[in-house]
Amino acid sequence: MVSIEGVKFQYDAAGPVLSFPDFSCAQGGRMLLLGNSGAGKTTLLHLLCGLLTPTTGALTVGSKSLHASTDRELDRWRGSEVGVVFQQAHFVQSLTVRENMALPHQLTTGRIPEELEAKMDDMLDRLGIGHRAWAKPHELSVGEQQRASIARALLHKPQVVFADEPTSALDDASAAAVMNILDREAADATLVVVTHDQRLKDRYDSCVTLKPQQP
Amino acid sequence: MKLGVTTQARRNLQAKPLQTALSLALLAFGVGMVSMMLLTEKQVNDAFERNIKDIDLVLGAKGSPLQLILANVYHIDAPTGNISLEAAQKVVKHPYIASGIPLAYGDNHEGYRIVGTEMGYVEHYGAKLAEGSWWAETFEVTLGAKVAEATGLALGDAFFSAHGLTDQTDIHTNRTFTVVGIMEPSGTVVDQLILTAIQSIWDVHAHDGEEVDPSSREITAMLLKKRNPLAVLTIPSTLRDTNMQVALPAIEVNRMTQQFGLGTKTLRAIAMLIMALSFASIFISVLDNIRARRHELALMRTMGGTPRTLYTLLLVEGGLLSAGGTLLGLVLSRIAMVVLSSFVEEQFHYSLSSMIPLPGELALAAAAVAVGLVASAIPAGRTLRLDISKTLSEA
Repeated sequence: MVSIEGVKFQYDAAGPVLSFPDFSCAQGGRMLLLGNSGAGKTTLLHLLCGLLTPTTGALTVGSKSLHASTDRELDRWRGSEVGVVFQQAHFVQSLTVRENMALPHQLTTGRIPEELEAKMDDMLDRLGIGHRAWAKPHELSVGEQQRASIARALLHKPQVVFADEPTSALDDASAAAVMNILDREAADATLVVVTHDQRLKDRYDSCVTLKPQQP
Repeated sequence: MKLGVTTQARRNLQAKPLQTALSLALLAFGVGMVSMMLLTEKQVNDAFERNIKDIDLVLGAKGSPLQLILANVYHIDAPTGNISLEAAQKVVKHPYIASGIPLAYGDNHEGYRIVGTEMGYVEHYGAKLAEGSWWAETFEVTLGAKVAEATGLALGDAFFSAHGLTDQTDIHTNRTFTVVGIMEPSGTVVDQLILTAIQSIWDVHAHDGEEVDPSSREITAMLLKKRNPLAVLTIPSTLRDTNMQVALPAIEVNRMTQQFGLGTKTLRAIAMLIMALSFASIFISVLDNIRARRHELALMRTMGGTPRTLYTLLLVEGGLLSAGGTLLGLVLSRIAMVVLSSFVEEQFHYSLSSMIPLPGELALAAAAVAVGLVASAIPAGRTLRLDISKTLSEA
């Protein structure tokens, strides 16, 4: 599940206080966080990932109360229970697609079990990029990068998946394909999509619209 | 699949081949130069020490004292001239002198000196026979191990000597030398000498078999062992009105190494400068990596990487660079030593081929790796303060 209550955040003492509406999403549910530029979408996403600490309020993601956790706990939690699909597909450029996929497991547990490798190959095949498994990220097309990014976020079966503008740079057909992949592959996880893409507003029953923040 | 921190670090270095090669090359040159100087100094000093071996004074013709030592102790320079055997024997009889070993030479065979001497010379260096016997008659010779190997001469072979110490043009065809023995390698100067009786040297230079007046017989030098330390002060004053001088090997060699010392100090300073540049290169390389890869590093934090994980990764990258550069430098110094050794062997018949790592080199390697780690640890510290949210937002 994902739940936030009375969350406010301030980047620095002299800066504006950003406020976010309360909402919750049940385990395995889907939710859209819709907002235009300046609504604090990225800030909220980073708060939900435990990359930022709220000034006030309570954030619960999966089994974790983020506002009451240490940095070390949050690092481990992100690696094991959270999957993030970024707007721009970030990769470690010196590693292959397969190695990038295995990296969260390596960083969290210090090893890569053989069964994970089999899962990796299955997932890449399902996403249609099995033949690109040994390629370096810069050798992939934008669409392939996006699918590889989804594969990496979902491989370790996270409880919660956050997707940051997953369709913003895609045409209608590609956007629909990416969302279908996300829905299918994250079937057991809670999926929170943060976007300004109006094409997605009717996709899920649960949608929270973020209003522009007051300066 | 192995994706440990060392694999990741290695991949990151391979992804920037030019930068990595520059850092490696700089450190390898610096370490290589220092290592080569340590190896050379050690082997040259060892060779000097081995050959001085209880020779307190060298009596010879007036001229450069250093030349007298280099010619008669190490056999790598021309002698200063000849001295009277009779006069030299008078010096040996001085109460402050315990013993003397005469040396007479002026000819060579294929660049190897033919030295007339006594068995005392062989005993002094502890040389042993590998085969055959010691010279007994005139024109019998016993070869040093290196001479036998280089010339291919074997027991019973005969050869002519050539006038001079390196030249092969003026050959004495009037007399034939015969090989009667070959010595075991001793690691001393006798390895590169052809030893014979002094009489052989006199006879080969005698005109048409004429007998030389015993009072006018000459030798090249006399190696002296003192009985009394005052010999060092007293003997020179007794030679004031003669054509002779005594030189102290220890002092002359010390003077020479001090003169070399200025050169080696300069070289060492250059090597240290190159090493400092290489550490700066590692520092810049790690710093540049952090700047260029900050999004990757932030990404790794979102995937479960702790600040310590990222810090360790960058530290290992610096460690691999410094360890690789150091190892490459030690290999490089040995390749250079092989080249230098072949040159020295050709010019002076001395071998500098020992490649065993010296304690100084191990200390150098440890220091290079440690400084390399520090040079990467300082910029890597930035990862501990990386603002992940801000970095990801900038992408």
